[in-house]
Amino acid sequence: MTPLLQVQGIRKTYGSFVGCTDVSFDLYPGEVMGIVGESGSGKSTLLNCLAGHLPPDQGEVVFDTLADGPVDTVTMSEPERRMLSRTDWAFVHQHARDGLRMSVSAGGNIGERLMAVGDRHYGNIRERAIDWLGRVEIKEDRVDDRPSAFSGGMQQRLQIARNLVTGPRLVFMDEPTGGLDVSVQARLLDLLRGLVREMGLSAIIVTHDLAVVRLLADRLMVMKDGHVVETGLTDQVLDDPQHAYTQLLVSSVLQV
Amino acid sequence: MSDYNFAYLDEQTKRMIRRAILKGLAIPGYQVPFASREMPMPYGWGTGGVQVSAATLTPDDTFKVIDQGADDTTNAVSIRKFFERTANVATTEETDKADVIQTRHRIPEAVLREDQILVYQVPIPEPLRFLEPRETETRKMHALEEYGLMHVKLYEDISQHGAISTSYAYPVKVEGRYVMDPSPIPKFDNPKMDMPAIQLFGAGREQRIYAVPPYTKIVSLDFEDYPFEASKADHACDLCAAKDSYLDEVILDDQGNRMFVCSDTDYCRSRRAAGHVGRLGTKNQLEASA
Ligand SMILES: Nc1ncnc2c1ncn2[C@@H]1O[C@H](COP(=O)(O)OP(=O)(O)OP(=O)(O)O)[C@@H](O)[C@H]1O
Ligand SMILES: [Mg+2]
Ligand SMILES: [Zn+2]
Repeated sequence: MTPLLQVQGIRKTYGSFVGCTDVSFDLYPGEVMGIVGESGSGKSTLLNCLAGHLPPDQGEVVFDTLADGPVDTVTMSEPERRMLSRTDWAFVHQHARDGLRMSVSAGGNIGERLMAVGDRHYGNIRERAIDWLGRVEIKEDRVDDRPSAFSGGMQQRLQIARNLVTGPRLVFMDEPTGGLDVSVQARLLDLLRGLVREMGLSAIIVTHDLAVVRLLADRLMVMKDGHVVETGLTDQVLDDPQHAYTQLLVSSVLQV
Repeated sequence: MSDYNFAYLDEQTKRMIRRAILKGLAIPGYQVPFASREMPMPYGWGTGGVQVSAATLTPDDTFKVIDQGADDTTNAVSIRKFFERTANVATTEETDKADVIQTRHRIPEAVLREDQILVYQVPIPEPLRFLEPRETETRKMHALEEYGLMHVKLYEDISQHGAISTSYAYPVKVEGRYVMDPSPIPKFDNPKMDMPAIQLFGAGREQRIYAVPPYTKIVSLDFEDYPFEASKADHACDLCAAKDSYLDEVILDDQGNRMFVCSDTDYCRSRRAAGHVGRLGTKNQLEASA
């Protein structure tokens, strides 16, 4: 089977500071990869390089496109990359307001990607928006409300609906549960797990919360100071960490 | 006033503006940046349109200015006077006799000819601004034809009002490529933009010029199930009986009596002169005022 994403030798520096370096992995269709590590370890830098938000200094991010098969998205043209971003790819931001249009209704937020790929039937767009609101457990009668009137958890669920409505083949998430209350986190996590299973999503999820990867990720990458220090099946890495840093990470969490 | 160059602007500035106009004509609907000059009037008075007119007028031209369809508003009168004084050009209120027509908020009812130029005053040239305030991003969206956002705006309209409530500055796609703000004309005027005359748009404060060459295909954006309609008040003009012109509603008294009259005053006048009489018009009055 062809990997959906083949990451080879990604490096990104900020001046003389190394954001991340020497990152390589394959992601297969239907797989969820978790990226964990302490604050400043380079998780977001890496994710943004993978998703085309930041140009890496070195490396390849080869995506298996529907039209042309595997293509390096780092060297493809910007229009092609932006097209991927609104069709095959989706990006869930930590802060919902970075991923939502706060001045546009919930329905308009969900409908935007549909309209971006050419849907011109209001009735269809609205119907699908309402369907997706239901799937992320937001009541239909909120469809015309702006996200500013939503709670943090609802905003995050709306952001997820907005991203998944076009059935993306690869979803990037940066701390999707970050900044939410613990009980709200749990519900969101449940919802995400349901969607991942139901849709067979392929995803790369960045988090510093090991509970998130335990629930969602098939495989895990542990980062420290911009380097990948350990990688493997999630349960293996968490239950039998090999690298000293991972051991520290796991033990510190388990003790809390 | 004799210290001024013809039409106030110096020749170098006019050449710069003409280059922007030519580029605009070559890329219909594309917003061309230009170095807008200070004009001796406030921005709200259409300094973009004035600069485009200044760069377009020649000494032999006859100039007309309309504001909301009328030649006699303060704004129209002062712009007309400005060019009478600085360019010494002939002016007219008759659409038919004008070579260059500067307008705010309307397209004349009479079909314009190939030898005429219509200059629009534009407050906000960027149709995507409503939802995307970042200029760097809107430029990219135009460059890559990423226009989904325009439909988000129309979607919001329908979800809030049950119909596309945008009735002015209704966005259009120009020759299948650029999405353009036609300036705050009523959407009733949108279909007229496919016309024999050259259309030039000037935004002074925002420093943009754009253009629509003659006979360019203009499509007003819409949804399959909410198609575009060039609507107007469902009346005939009470003075000239025209059924095909855009109407202004005029309140007559405290009892709620109203009348509808053509917003294009020259159109109304010329119809009355030709003998058309509306519900509240009288032949005698007209002959007296004519
Ligand atoms: N634009 C930038 N310019 C300079 N340095 C940066 C920039 N962005 C990130 N960094 C630095 O790169 C390192 C990695 O940052 P990154 O945001 O990728 O970490 P992270 O693992 O996502 O952290 P967190 O868990 O706090 O989100 C940090 O030391 C950060 O200060
Ligand atoms: Mg981060
Ligand atoms: Zn009339």
